[in-house]
Amino acid sequence: MRAFGQYFIFLGTLIVRMETFKTYYKLTLDECITIGIKSAALVILVSSFIGAVTTVQTAYNMTTPLIPRYVIAQVVREMVVLELAPTIIAVIYAGKVGSSMAGGLGTMRITEQIDALEVMGINSASYLVLPKIIASLVMYPLLVILAGTAAITAGYLVGDFAGIISPTDFIYGLRSFFDPYAITFAMIKSFVFAFLIASISSFRGYYTQGGALEVGIATTSAVTTSVIAVLAADYLLAQLLYMR
Amino acid sequence: MIKISRISKSFGDRMVLHDISGEFEKGKTNLIIGSSGTGKSVLLKCIVGLINPDLGSVFYDLRNFTEADKEMKAEIRREIGMLFQGGALFDSKNVEENVMFPLDILTTMTPHDKLDRVNFCLKRVGLENVNKKMPSEISGGMKKRVGIARAIVNNPNYLFCDEPNSGLDPQTSILIDDLIGEITHEFDITTIVVTHDMNSVMGIGEKVMFMYKGRKLWEGSSKEIMNSGVAELDDFVFSNKVMQNLKR
Repeated sequence: MRAFGQYFIFLGTLIVRMETFKTYYKLTLDECITIGIKSAALVILVSSFIGAVTTVQTAYNMTTPLIPRYVIAQVVREMVVLELAPTIIAVIYAGKVGSSMAGGLGTMRITEQIDALEVMGINSASYLVLPKIIASLVMYPLLVILAGTAAITAGYLVGDFAGIISPTDFIYGLRSFFDPYAITFAMIKSFVFAFLIASISSFRGYYTQGGALEVGIATTSAVTTSVIAVLAADYLLAQLLYMR
Repeated sequence: MIKISRISKSFGDRMVLHDISGEFEKGKTNLIIGSSGTGKSVLLKCIVGLINPDLGSVFYDLRNFTEADKEMKAEIRREIGMLFQGGALFDSKNVEENVMFPLDILTTMTPHDKLDRVNFCLKRVGLENVNKKMPSEISGGMKKRVGIARAIVNNPNYLFCDEPNSGLDPQTSILIDDLIGEITHEFDITTIVVTHDMNSVMGIGEKVMFMYKGRKLWEGSSKEIMNSGVAELDDFVFSNKVMQNLKR
């Protein structure tokens, strides 16, 4: 409970004694490149495999000829848009970006770089963490869109090459019974997950005490806590957003 | 001038600082000395506000820093330059960007003026043609000098140095000490140096505060230190062979 309270106080410190807009703009752009652009290749790779495997597995489990083949594309679409793209990518994002945030801030803490900022009269939490959270809120939804596109494209290609489903059926399946609310739902999840991962990882890193060993512990803790928070939020959002 | 009044600090059950008072004079190199674990760095961190003391106050030229609001604290901190034990240079920035950082954040100087100031400070600490090097590409002594350049770039009124000689060879240590002493007199600033290096004490210590087990045991000049009459200070001062020979 103490860590929980400390986390909310930490979030409060991000928006007091702020620097100029220009300072945050430059830092946020740098963070967008670090956490967004540099994660794109990994996201495309992982999502492509997820899309391909989902197509193959769905086809393998549909043994009855009574179900039309285009349903495979429907299943792939629903799974990718609602769960695989926002949630599975969140786990990968926490492992790559969250650990990097916690490790970077932890190292800055133990090498007194954060103290150096404080001594200069700079709100170190706001200066270091706010750009990471804003960049995460901007880039993570884009990564989710990228992941969804890559996964569905991979499913389409694998379905065609493996002779599982024809391109016409796949496109028909993708478009049939489509509820646009699924996209809204995925985007809401993306924003929530982006905030949770960036803020929790930064919180863990920012309050690191000790040496290299503790930085490692903080990094591991950042990833595990973020993933648990993401999965809990996933459940809560599913409950909330389907009650419309 | 910096004045501290009845500073006490404990971590859990462990009392680290006991009722410490004193004055650090402007234009002088003030030293806080003592063995490892006596609370020197904690006292320094209390003075700069990185740690809040449990009791007592810190005054920067009569401005009560301990009880100041956040805005006032930020304002006072902008008059502070600090050299950290490991240099605390920002890993992601090169030497020039590190030294320029306080100017980027705290001033509205033009890029040309900032670069001139950075080059002046780097030259002042004896570093030229290293502007584009990363902290990982320079030696420990150079890191300390870059740290000093960053600390003085914004014309501070107060300079703090935490163990400026740790991890340095004797020659580089003397160089860093001399630099701190020269800068203090040249810019007429209040300098506080935390150290356990007796060479620093004898070299640049104009006013010395000796700490022992979290308490201030003695205060005086480096000339008086040899005849303090305080057993704990004698043990500290004459713990190395050079000082023992000097005493004989």
